[in-house]
Amino acid sequence: MIKYLLQLADNALILGHRLGEWCGHAPEMELDIALTNIALDLTGQARSLYQRVAELEGLGKDEDDYAYLRDAWEFRNALLVEQPNGDFAHTLFRQFVFDAYNYHLHQALTHSKDEWLAGFAAKSLKEITYHLRFSSEWMLRLGDGTELSNAKLKAAIEDLWGYSGELATPNDVEKELAQQGIIPDLNLLKPAIEAKMSEVFVAANVGVAAGMFMHIGGKDGRHSEHLGFILSEMQFLQRAYPGLEW
Amino acid sequence: MKKEWPLWEIFIRSKSGLNHKHVGSLHAADAEMAIENARDLYTRRNEGVSIWVVESKHITASDPDDSDPLFEPARDKVYRHPTFYTVPDEVSHM
Repeated sequence: MIKYLLQLADNALILGHRLGEWCGHAPEMELDIALTNIALDLTGQARSLYQRVAELEGLGKDEDDYAYLRDAWEFRNALLVEQPNGDFAHTLFRQFVFDAYNYHLHQALTHSKDEWLAGFAAKSLKEITYHLRFSSEWMLRLGDGTELSNAKLKAAIEDLWGYSGELATPNDVEKELAQQGIIPDLNLLKPAIEAKMSEVFVAANVGVAAGMFMHIGGKDGRHSEHLGFILSEMQFLQRAYPGLEW
Repeated sequence: MKKEWPLWEIFIRSKSGLNHKHVGSLHAADAEMAIENARDLYTRRNEGVSIWVVESKHITASDPDDSDPLFEPARDKVYRHPTFYTVPDEVSHM
């Protein structure tokens, strides 16, 4: 259970951090605020999850210990969320893939046998529903916009497609929890996620996404080189000044 | 060359039963995006329950140079205020 909560938390924290990197750099002032708003939602979700992990572990740790004092191989986020921001199309497509998965996952998690997890999912679902609406709308705008925006979105899809499958491919932790009825069986969730994605792909005029080699391993701690750079930036202050608060 | 998104005026209803009030303006490519941007810019501190967006070009404003003929005549007509009635104590919310 702890491993799974860390998966959820690390996805939210790392993606939130990536979105936060847009702060002050987004193509429009309004987008700057939209992206950081989503980042704050995700960071908030990560905090709740880390606090829950601390409670379950009972080792007297707090949320910061998990965020700032673990090394890369202990992080259980999917590879997708640690991929670099690239241009706005890359960030947006990464967000859309994550939101489509996250929305269906949290919808199912509201029926979890674990009461805390069901409550957490119900609360987060409201935020995630908006994230999916935001990223879906932008998929349409870019894909169905100009020739240039369509080309940029297609380039982003090509670059990131190989990371889109890991989220909904169950690892051992997820298989076990699914059997216990604590989380949904991802294989059963997959058709709904794929249906949402192809619906938006068709409307956005970027063709139908089809199978390809999928990178996996992030959920079990095997990461791309990008995570190390994120952590060295994110964790610098706590490492340099242990216990620092502000 | 960069083409600017059009400007939109944003109106927020702070709670049910109250009027939508103008809170500011923002840039967006279309009405849907204007609603999303308004949600992020103007309701993130729990300010609202409803949003209206109107593209700024659709608003016609009075000319400041006309303010004398438009507004001056009302200034000395205090009898238009309903302040010359005595309100019974039983009537609240007046």
